[in-house]
Amino acid sequence: MADATANTPAVGIGPGPRGAKPRNAFAPRNIMLYGTLIIVAIYYALPLYVMIVTSLKGMPEIRMGNIFAPPLEVTFEPWVKAWSTACTGINCDGLSRGFWNSVWILVPSVVVSITIASVTGYALANWKFKGSEFFFAVLLIGAFIPYQVMLYPIVLVLKNLGDGISFFTVALGLGKVQVYGTLWGLVIVHTIFGMPILTLLFRNYFASLPEELFKAGRVDGAGFWGIFFRIMLPMSLPIFVVAMILQVTGIWNDFLFGVIYTKPEIYPMTVQLNNIVNSVQGIKEYNVNMAATLLTGLVPLIVYFVSGKLFVRGIAAGAVKG
Amino acid sequence: MNTMTAVNTESSISIRDLTLNFGAVQVLKRMDLEVAPGEFIVLLGPSGCGKSTLLNCIAGLLDITDGQIWIKGKNVTWAEPSERGIGMVFQSYALYPQMTVRGNMSFGLKNQKMPQAEIDARVARAAEILQIQPLLDRKPGALSGGQRQRVAIGRALVRDVDVFLFDEPLSNLDAKLRSELRVEIKRLHNKLNNTMVYVTHDQIEALTLADRIAVMRGGVIQQLDEPQTIYNRPANLFVAGFIGSPSMNFIHGAVKGGKFYAEGIVVDLAGYEGGALIDRPKAILGLRPEHLTVTNTAVAGKTIAATVEIDENLGADSLLWLKAGDNQISVRIPVEDRLNAGTSVHLEVDMSKASIFDAETEARV
Repeated sequence: MADATANTPAVGIGPGPRGAKPRNAFAPRNIMLYGTLIIVAIYYALPLYVMIVTSLKGMPEIRMGNIFAPPLEVTFEPWVKAWSTACTGINCDGLSRGFWNSVWILVPSVVVSITIASVTGYALANWKFKGSEFFFAVLLIGAFIPYQVMLYPIVLVLKNLGDGISFFTVALGLGKVQVYGTLWGLVIVHTIFGMPILTLLFRNYFASLPEELFKAGRVDGAGFWGIFFRIMLPMSLPIFVVAMILQVTGIWNDFLFGVIYTKPEIYPMTVQLNNIVNSVQGIKEYNVNMAATLLTGLVPLIVYFVSGKLFVRGIAAGAVKG
Repeated sequence: MNTMTAVNTESSISIRDLTLNFGAVQVLKRMDLEVAPGEFIVLLGPSGCGKSTLLNCIAGLLDITDGQIWIKGKNVTWAEPSERGIGMVFQSYALYPQMTVRGNMSFGLKNQKMPQAEIDARVARAAEILQIQPLLDRKPGALSGGQRQRVAIGRALVRDVDVFLFDEPLSNLDAKLRSELRVEIKRLHNKLNNTMVYVTHDQIEALTLADRIAVMRGGVIQQLDEPQTIYNRPANLFVAGFIGSPSMNFIHGAVKGGKFYAEGIVVDLAGYEGGALIDRPKAILGLRPEHLTVTNTAVAGKTIAATVEIDENLGADSLLWLKAGDNQISVRIPVEDRLNAGTSVHLEVDMSKASIFDAETEARV
């Protein structure tokens, strides 16, 4: 650096502008840009605002009719009621039951679907076998078939699956097993329906990792699982986070499968929420309904906040190559 | 074409009748190659010539369509890469990013369930040879390109194998590091005396490192020979044009009665070291820029009249671009002999170092 400064001619700076070009904060371009952004932000934020303030008001205050007014007297009673005492039919233990049902559905579904999809995606990306591309194409087509078509066939599949397993368990003296209408039946359904998109995601991610790493692993004597666990997995945190977010939000927000493949005692939170909001017994408690809805949305929201950065990175990484 | 039909059981690597198809495309065509123990073979060729593919076949990373691969007297055609007794170094280093340098080097040994003491000893020895002891506990991300490639070489070294495979190991490095590591690989080879198969598209690497160079094109070995022979007596037009920078001068003409005729050029071919010079209506005379000398006196049959067009100063020497009839000719001359554009000169031909090719078959005569 010393040489460089010594070599500059001793002329100084000439006349005219110098340094960074000034920018006009109120240029038409900026007004358009920020104006649009602010309007869109309000459009999305306003319903949330209404929900939050309503959930913090008592019923008398709600009846005054001004939905945008902030609560005069903040009360958390609607939240407590929504969680623990709101009634759906004869059950009056609030959303808490649905919450735990959802958790018991969510955890195994997420774990099983991601486990299977990651291994499948890894095999499709790195261990190409005869017909692997065809297999992958079939899997992708599965993602485009509207799943309403499969609702009833799956009822039959689950029922027969239960009968099939029962054939053995009864023979072993373990009694009858049911799959349809149980939590595990729903886990199976969620796992299967998550497969196309998750496999695509993992395949593309693993295909984007340098192929020479895989080759080096093979020369070093690592096998299918050795390369997967020791080399690929430690490099794959972002894509696992993406898969986890997709599955957690997807499964948590699922309503249709929950209604169809389970029974009232094990209804997930979304179904329970619907039942609370839609049950007509006397007056409609808007504040409780709002609180219940917010409670139900809390889990995906938290997941996004905690892992948002990794989510973006993973989506971008998975999209590089395909 | 250098086809060794006799199967040599002494060979370190023996490739016999190897064919590889990708779908309908034949990437390697019935290839034979014998590599002697301790030999440094360089596979050289332009992109897509099949040189890396051949290396991957030797490593077992690609399943071949037909033929056999023997390493150290064992048929490894169907063996897993790790069972072939090879170590491999990749262009992108391919270091496991989540492991330390030590972890990278010991990964393969751990997969072999080797005792920890033995692993430590081997890693220490390899680290000493490559002088990377201070880096052992760092992650690859914290290393420079040259250091990474050293570690990658170390990872092959600890395997204690007889055959090393290098897949363009220096291509990702800058020019200075490249020449440093090139020397280091040569030194390593002199020290360990392993068989090395080295893929590159860089002719300097090929000429400096190789005991023998296999020049490839279109999945076929065009010539397999010592660097000096490849350079001075290229087997065909492709090899002649591919090796050497600037490229060999090619003059299209005809051979008749022991003389070469082209437009405005007559050269006596006496002293040519090659086959019998039968008459050919279409032939190509190949002259390397350093095998021509500039003189002021014309000698019939010995010199070519030419006019200087451009004089390029390369620092160590100077490159003269001349026009002789329709032909452009480059000549390497000492810097102090620089000539101005437009000067008429005569170029003296050293026929003992010239090459003559048949224009039809492109093979050296």
